[in-house]
Amino acid sequence: MPLIEQPPPPSGGALLAKLHEINAKHGYLPEQYLRSAADKLGIPLSQVYSAATFYSAFSLKPRGRHTIKVCMGTACYIRGGDRLLEKVEATLGLKNGETTNDLVFTLETVHCLGSCSMAPVMRVDNDTYGRMKADHLPRILKKYRPIDIAAQEFKEQGI
Amino acid sequence: MKVRTRSDLAKLRSDGLSTLYPPGLRISVGMATCGLAAGAAEVYDALHDEADRLGLYLMLIPTGCIGYCQQEPLVDVRVSGRGRLLYARVTPDRARNMIASLAAGDLPAEGALAYIPEENSELSKPSEALAGVPLLNELPFYSQQRKIVLRNSGLIDPVSLEEYIAREGYQSLALALLDDTPQGVIDHVLDSGLRGRGGAGFPTGRKWQTCHGIQAQSKYIICNGDEGDPGAYVDRTVLEGDPYSVIEGMTIGGYAIGAREGFIYVRDEYPLAIERITQALAQAEKLGLLGENIFSSGFDFNASIVRGAGAFVCGEETALISSIEGGLGEPRPRPPFPATSGLWGKPTIINNVKTLATIPAIIRHGADWYASIGTEGNTGTVVFSLVGKVANTGLVEVPLGLTLYDMIESIGGGGLNGKQVKAIQTGGPSGGCLPTALYNLPITYENMTQAGSIMGSGGMVVMDEDTCMVDVARYFLGFTMAESCGKCTPCREGTRYMYDILTRITSGEGTLKDLELLEEVAEWVKTASLCGLGQTAPNPVLSTLRYFRDEYEAHVKDKRCPAGFCRALIRLTILPDLCTGCGLCQRECPVGAISGEKKKLHVIDQELCTHCRLCYNICPEGAVEIVR
Repeated sequence: MPLIEQPPPPSGGALLAKLHEINAKHGYLPEQYLRSAADKLGIPLSQVYSAATFYSAFSLKPRGRHTIKVCMGTACYIRGGDRLLEKVEATLGLKNGETTNDLVFTLETVHCLGSCSMAPVMRVDNDTYGRMKADHLPRILKKYRPIDIAAQEFKEQGI
Repeated sequence: MKVRTRSDLAKLRSDGLSTLYPPGLRISVGMATCGLAAGAAEVYDALHDEADRLGLYLMLIPTGCIGYCQQEPLVDVRVSGRGRLLYARVTPDRARNMIASLAAGDLPAEGALAYIPEENSELSKPSEALAGVPLLNELPFYSQQRKIVLRNSGLIDPVSLEEYIAREGYQSLALALLDDTPQGVIDHVLDSGLRGRGGAGFPTGRKWQTCHGIQAQSKYIICNGDEGDPGAYVDRTVLEGDPYSVIEGMTIGGYAIGAREGFIYVRDEYPLAIERITQALAQAEKLGLLGENIFSSGFDFNASIVRGAGAFVCGEETALISSIEGGLGEPRPRPPFPATSGLWGKPTIINNVKTLATIPAIIRHGADWYASIGTEGNTGTVVFSLVGKVANTGLVEVPLGLTLYDMIESIGGGGLNGKQVKAIQTGGPSGGCLPTALYNLPITYENMTQAGSIMGSGGMVVMDEDTCMVDVARYFLGFTMAESCGKCTPCREGTRYMYDILTRITSGEGTLKDLELLEEVAEWVKTASLCGLGQTAPNPVLSTLRYFRDEYEAHVKDKRCPAGFCRALIRLTILPDLCTGCGLCQRECPVGAISGEKKKLHVIDQELCTHCRLCYNICPEGAVEIVR
């Protein structure tokens, strides 16, 4: 054993925790907060930047207020997850990874939400919806963007 | 209050017993993520509001998952002196009716899935009035199960330390700290034969022994809850439904190896698990079961949670360590193994959630007891999340050595909607697809590896005749390609290369030479990659080539997808004789390719059609035909 051991860094997972905190507050990682995180933790900005871009939970660009995650786990995939994604894309007029112009929704896929028995599954923020069928979509989306979706429905029905 | 002695524990135990088995009415609603996805929150609210309205006094508890996810939302109704019934697929309306019946003094047998027998209690078997209801442990889904890891999940209030203690919780930590030495604890684990349930199957006791034998100022123990394999959700269920079992197992592990600090790494996609573990850690700390001088034994142990951020590779232990240290989740070569040089260069043990949840049971009931379950060299139980195209989906914990047939046909009830099962996929993107010809294969670590798959961390995805095996291989390579951290070339480039070949094949542009090339690349990615992600990434390709080569050849030679799945190789048409003009397909089509007036024949515009098959799936008359 060496006579003097280096003291361990203050706490494990500190950088990830900080990034989560910024992300939760702003929905993405604005540059000035990354700079101040680097200062606070006493680590180079490059290290903060590489973590911010390595992990899929973070984004450097503004995201919608609500994040839709369509599950692409194995069970969801073989039970039609890719089709569910297409339906969401068609409904919102978005491609996977994009954000609506009004910054309400960001659409993403996720590798597994761990609700495989309910396949296909999608999640909006922290609400998980299982046994999804395409016709459940309007009702679910309406919860998060009431006015716009209603308007679209009216348009469809010619009202 | 702080728990310092066994009698303190006994006091909490009696508190827990009084809520687990209260004199009146207790209703538990399965509210793990799977239950919530099925609508359990609405059921809970309906029960709550209706009971309130009728002035019915009851304990209403959100619990974890009892495993039979297929039947979710599940509601467990216990009436002291009367019986205990499990109701399946409960809707808010049914929930309100149940409350009305209960308020009227009824415990309706109608609609009950099963009777939950309680050991050594007045409710050990159903009364005459409930005699027609099958026992839970006699349902085909449960009859071969043996619950150790899942012993409490769905039965206790996950954040109630008292209820955990009432079901033998923290007895094992007391045994270890008060009556045993660290070496003694390691000996029990060694003798039990427990192997790492993260998938690799390395003997847990040997890992601990190595770490125990190293002198160091600080050591660490990490619980790996970065359950990234698609199709697996066992760790999530344990963390959500029985968080204290993991914390207790980890504390015992810390004592055995000489660590005073632990980390529980939970993936970002599991917000409820993160919430439950955070609550449980705070509660354990408050009662002195974490912190200084636990059970007045002089042993100090602290644990904290680290929330992942959506990187599959962090499930690999060296990448996970790097992620906790604040670096990128990139693996490094082993040796040195973390047991000698891990977190911040200190000896570190990393155990899976299921492994740690098993530890208290081994300490409490003895190594011999555990070793008597399962088969030689593969002792104890294994938990699978049985999902995909199977009739009964859910979590299944069985003794090692059961066959695939037992899992899929006896427990799982065979294919979904009576369709023929074609393949069983285990081990996520690191595993393989096994054919039903191997139905009689006993499930052991060695058998699964020899057959070209792996035991893995718990995913068991059933595939049927409608699943294209070439597309499944492409799906997995798409996954590993996206999740490859990019550090080593064979994995970064090789997975992309294999993905490109598979995409060519599924688009009908593959050649026979592509098959050879695929095998060649697969071999070198397997041999030359740095970590487990790359080394196992070719498994889905190699196993499907081994068992389902005819499907590859059909794609390449005949430009035909036998499963009728690959979009470039199929066409969809509507059969005039069967179409009733109901319009369902028209509404379902995401690209507006279907036209037709109500009650008249509908037609698919082949120019617009993307071959997504949504119309095929929704047509109640079976009028949509896949032309292969």
